[in-house]
Amino acid sequence: MTPALADAYSLAPVITACGFGILIIVGDAFLPRGGKSLLARIGVVGALASLAAVTLASRHTDDAYSGLIRTDAFSLFLESLIFVITVLVMLGSYDYLVREGLPLGEYHALLLFAASGMAVMASANELLTAFVGLEISSIASYVLAGYRRTASKSNESALKYFLLGSFATAFFLYGAAMVYGATGTTRLDVLREMFVAGRAPGPLMLLGCAMILVGLGFKAAVAPFQVWTPDVYEGAPTPVTALFASGPKAAAFALLVRILVTGFGAANATWFWAIWVSAVLTMFIGNLAALTQNNVKRMLAYSSIAHAGYLLVALAARSEIGIAALLYYLVVYALVTLGAFTIITHLGEPGERRLEIDAYAGLGTRQPFTAFCMTIFLLSLLGLPITAGFLGKFYIFDSALKAQLPGLAVMLAMNSVIGAYYYLRLVRVMYFTEPEQEWTPEPVTAGVGAVMFLTAVAALGFGLFPGPLMTFATISAQSFR
Amino acid sequence: MMPGEYFLEHAGWIPLFPLVSAALMLFLGRRLPKFAVNLFCVGSVFISFVFSAGAVYQLAHRAAEDRFFQKILFIWIPAGVYHTTAGPLANFAADWGILLDPLSSVMILVVTGVGFLIHVYSTGYMAQEGGYYRFFGYLNLFMFSMLTLVLANNLLLMFVGWEGVGLCSYLLISFYFHKKTASDAGKKAFIVNRVGDTGFLLAIFLSSVTFGTIRFTSRGFEKLVDATQYPGMLDALNIGIASGVFAVGMPVLTAIALLMFVGATGKSAQIPLYVWLPDAMEGPTPVSALIHAATMVTAGVYMVVRMNSLFQMAPFAMHVVAAIGALTAIYAASMGLVQTDIKRVLAYSTISQLGYMFLACGVGAFVGGVFHLMTHAFFKALLFLGSGSVIHALSGEQDMRKMGALWSKIPVTAKTFFIATLAIAGIPPFAGFFSKDEILWKTFSGGEEVFYKVLWVVGVITAGMTAFYMFRLVNMTFFGTSRVEHEVEHHIHESPPSMTVPLIILAILSVVGGWIGKPASLGGVNHFERWLEPVIFSPPAALAGLAERALPAAHREPMEYILMAVSVLIALAGIWLARVIYLQREGLADRLAEKWGPLYTLLHRKYYMDEIYDALFVQRTKDLATALGMFDRGVIDGVGVNGSGALTLAICRISMWWDTWIVDGLVGLTGTLVRLGSYPARFVQTGKLQSYALVIVLGVLLLLGYFLRHAMGMV
Amino acid sequence: MDLAADCVVLSAILFGLGVVGFVFKRNIITIFMSIELMLNAVNLAFVAFSRQWHDLSGQVFVFFVIVVAAAEAAVGMAIIVLIARNRHSLNVERVNLLKL
Repeated sequence: MTPALADAYSLAPVITACGFGILIIVGDAFLPRGGKSLLARIGVVGALASLAAVTLASRHTDDAYSGLIRTDAFSLFLESLIFVITVLVMLGSYDYLVREGLPLGEYHALLLFAASGMAVMASANELLTAFVGLEISSIASYVLAGYRRTASKSNESALKYFLLGSFATAFFLYGAAMVYGATGTTRLDVLREMFVAGRAPGPLMLLGCAMILVGLGFKAAVAPFQVWTPDVYEGAPTPVTALFASGPKAAAFALLVRILVTGFGAANATWFWAIWVSAVLTMFIGNLAALTQNNVKRMLAYSSIAHAGYLLVALAARSEIGIAALLYYLVVYALVTLGAFTIITHLGEPGERRLEIDAYAGLGTRQPFTAFCMTIFLLSLLGLPITAGFLGKFYIFDSALKAQLPGLAVMLAMNSVIGAYYYLRLVRVMYFTEPEQEWTPEPVTAGVGAVMFLTAVAALGFGLFPGPLMTFATISAQSFR
Repeated sequence: MMPGEYFLEHAGWIPLFPLVSAALMLFLGRRLPKFAVNLFCVGSVFISFVFSAGAVYQLAHRAAEDRFFQKILFIWIPAGVYHTTAGPLANFAADWGILLDPLSSVMILVVTGVGFLIHVYSTGYMAQEGGYYRFFGYLNLFMFSMLTLVLANNLLLMFVGWEGVGLCSYLLISFYFHKKTASDAGKKAFIVNRVGDTGFLLAIFLSSVTFGTIRFTSRGFEKLVDATQYPGMLDALNIGIASGVFAVGMPVLTAIALLMFVGATGKSAQIPLYVWLPDAMEGPTPVSALIHAATMVTAGVYMVVRMNSLFQMAPFAMHVVAAIGALTAIYAASMGLVQTDIKRVLAYSTISQLGYMFLACGVGAFVGGVFHLMTHAFFKALLFLGSGSVIHALSGEQDMRKMGALWSKIPVTAKTFFIATLAIAGIPPFAGFFSKDEILWKTFSGGEEVFYKVLWVVGVITAGMTAFYMFRLVNMTFFGTSRVEHEVEHHIHESPPSMTVPLIILAILSVVGGWIGKPASLGGVNHFERWLEPVIFSPPAALAGLAERALPAAHREPMEYILMAVSVLIALAGIWLARVIYLQREGLADRLAEKWGPLYTLLHRKYYMDEIYDALFVQRTKDLATALGMFDRGVIDGVGVNGSGALTLAICRISMWWDTWIVDGLVGLTGTLVRLGSYPARFVQTGKLQSYALVIVLGVLLLLGYFLRHAMGMV
Repeated sequence: MDLAADCVVLSAILFGLGVVGFVFKRNIITIFMSIELMLNAVNLAFVAFSRQWHDLSGQVFVFFVIVVAAAEAAVGMAIIVLIARNRHSLNVERVNLLKL
């Protein structure tokens, strides 16, 4: 194949997603008011097509576009995850959009654009590409966060996300500039070769690394850059929150791993302690803050912070099994969180009225399937055996121990216990508390039901059959050799 | 891949066909027409059978020592590196893999073959029942679990199948869940099996820390480049024996073997965990035939044979197996003598025959055990299906006292049933004769000790009892005078072809099934023994003393003919006795029962075992619960009610004080501290955008400061 | 060489001013302008380093930053307009519904 075609293969998922996004925007202009649901279908097809295009990308696993993009097992792993997330988010949000009377076209286009940005992040081999991917996904996310235009909370969420996000991006860029100033390049693999040759990273380079960490830490929502997360998650429309908690977080961690391991691998002794401290802070802040939350959406927002902390523990292990554990946990966490937020969406009722924990009382008898799925998600987040969350935590724990980090491992275990307080509290409310006012949940629609079912199957399936996923994760982790 | 090994390469598909069909039934079955249910469920088992037959055929085409096909479908649970108790590092991984060797090929043929026939039979038997799709869904799920169990290449996967068949057994026993006895029987089976499963699980854990792997063997991996990456327990055992780490009778080996046998007693209904099987007859009759006679209950035997290397290294465990097997055989047979429910007689007979199989394993005749397993699957499935056909003909009547003289009314059922009875009674040349005779001979020649002679006597007496109670059943059901109730009598009819054809096929198998294991003493070649030879462990030369008993002398001995004659004569005596008591002398049975009143009652009430278990375990558990409840009421309420003495009051106060302030206090304090931690964490969240920015800036400054310090240190 | 160093120092000062403006200004538009200031500081640094290394890729980076900043400004202004419409104020302190 010609070089141009080979390059296009590497970006096939991104190109497909953008193509469908543009198609939806154009279609939106021509479709009559009543026919907009077609756009939602095109959106789902587009996301599925992008997922299929990942197999095209796998045909050309090499540097593409003069080293701007790198397609390897790692990027394929994350692209698959990102587009699976996109499909699930779309399936879970149709009824919400109809219920809230929000336009369908732009929403799906924006989701596809955001996903393409995340895919670029996952395969970036150059700080420039990383920046572009980051911004494509961020700008789409800012709009999505404020998608309920008339709701004050949604506006506020968008504003906070936008201003703080741009603020963090500026740090990232300044860091890139410093790295460029120190070395004359922003290509990650060139940076790596430069330091393999025996050069020690100078102060400018290290400062650049620190600034870049700020930008990525913001996107990944790790302490002390997690402050925006609860507000933005709470204010955004719930299906969008489901996306935020899974997709961008996965992409941000991908970029974090890629930049730290490939670009700044030589400085790992330096960034290790930063990651260590951040991991501890993130775990404790997330879990402790979630403890006394009565708003379920906000509680899960805090919980997502805690889980970012667990992922950092795997990163701090600085080993292949650590990265494999990180990837495994990322998949499990993303799917499970997505399922949980989909249930919050489903039970939210118009205007997102039902978000308090009391509103879940008696769900176990009123809609057993929903309550059952929610229980599986919560138990998986908690990390109880036979759910995938348990094995995920086990792998991270194991990698931490093998990297001689017993302190982190112990704190991981402690945090799992703290997590039990609030996860089980919700389970108890669902099954053992009678509601003060009689209510009947809306019936589960096909889209929401499918998301609940698929993610619950994943939560149990990856727990019972971790083999294939773990093998894929291990191969992906070997991309950094 | 060798050319022409298509079925072998795809042996992993064998369990999948029933699984797909089961999934279809359980998710969509309600909407499918009966015709489609038949097509999918029976068809999927038939395809499994074709694949099994093909795979076994291709395996047989290989050289005898090369008949191991092992394939890892995917890594199931990758865990990690750890030290075994013996010291060396092991890399634990449970794979989802299949092992097709001579032993598992016998099992898959029996499971899919007999299973297919029973599926066909069920289409006739269950035709009028509600929940048709549910029944077949469960039945197919059972086929999947059972095939997973026998094809598994490691203990944990085998355990998955083990639990799966247990679950299906539970679901199918309680199939008529609106009937309390049925749902109780299901629960009983499930709970009793849990006890055994605990033993099995402990055995798995102990194996993995002892051998460093739970894969059975590395045979079949020879062609892989990295074959050493896939060690098996057998390899670990051999290496351990060579280096002196393992020796015969080592406590840890005995412990593993005994724990496994605990699991086997649960699944295969041996003393003391046999109590669930008679009650399991509450399930539909095809279920009794498939699960509680032909396949699932033999899983324990399969497991012991699969682990024969381990058992041979633990002579004490072997003795236990043999003793329990023989004891169960005679004990269950004695209870079978007086039952009046046609299916219960067969249930006790099953327990007794399973005892024979364990007896065989216990004396080292593993091949004999598997041989009997196979022939038993044929004739016992036939007996159950035949009894189902009788019950069907009599509109649901199961009491033999209300049967009689059915021989000419349901001729096909009666004749096939009679063949199976001859087979189980051990009359030559029917299948049961060869397998039972082999077990008895191997028991007798198992060793010089009195132990083996006693076991043999027990076996022979059991054979006589078996012949007696089976002919009692036949006589009461098919011969003599009719005691059938009048309104039932009009409806007596032979079953449809979908039920009788499987009976005929099984009858043929019950006749010829034993011929492949014809012993050398009768001028035959024991193909069955040769076929299974590669899977039977022969200890290394270093353990010669053991080897001698494991491979008994093959030469002909006059003794063998004498013993053969004795067992046939005993069987004939049993048949004669049954004929005298139940056919020729009317009323003799009742008079005998009266005369031997206490014994009769003892047997009829099954040695009061259910009552004893109830008193020992069930009631004690309840008592414990009641006692705890009383303790609660007595201690805590008692204080307020009348204050039964100041002392109690004081003690209670102290204990309450202790509870409230110390116990609750400590628990509460931890909780409160953690909760208190929640507020600072949330406090940062002021909602003010610029305070967030400030936190970020502080974070940046900290990070820059730290990196700069590090940089200065490095420069 | 000296020119490049001076430019880097200048860019650092501009960046710092942007950060200070972001944290202490109360008007949302001003805050947004502070971000633009930070981005321009980045551009200046890139151009300076590009000159130092005699390498054009730094300037390519600048183009991308400018383009992305424009896109961001478009979305950002839309969000700010929504806020102004819903709350009749551009004071950032009053955007505090979501907290704790």
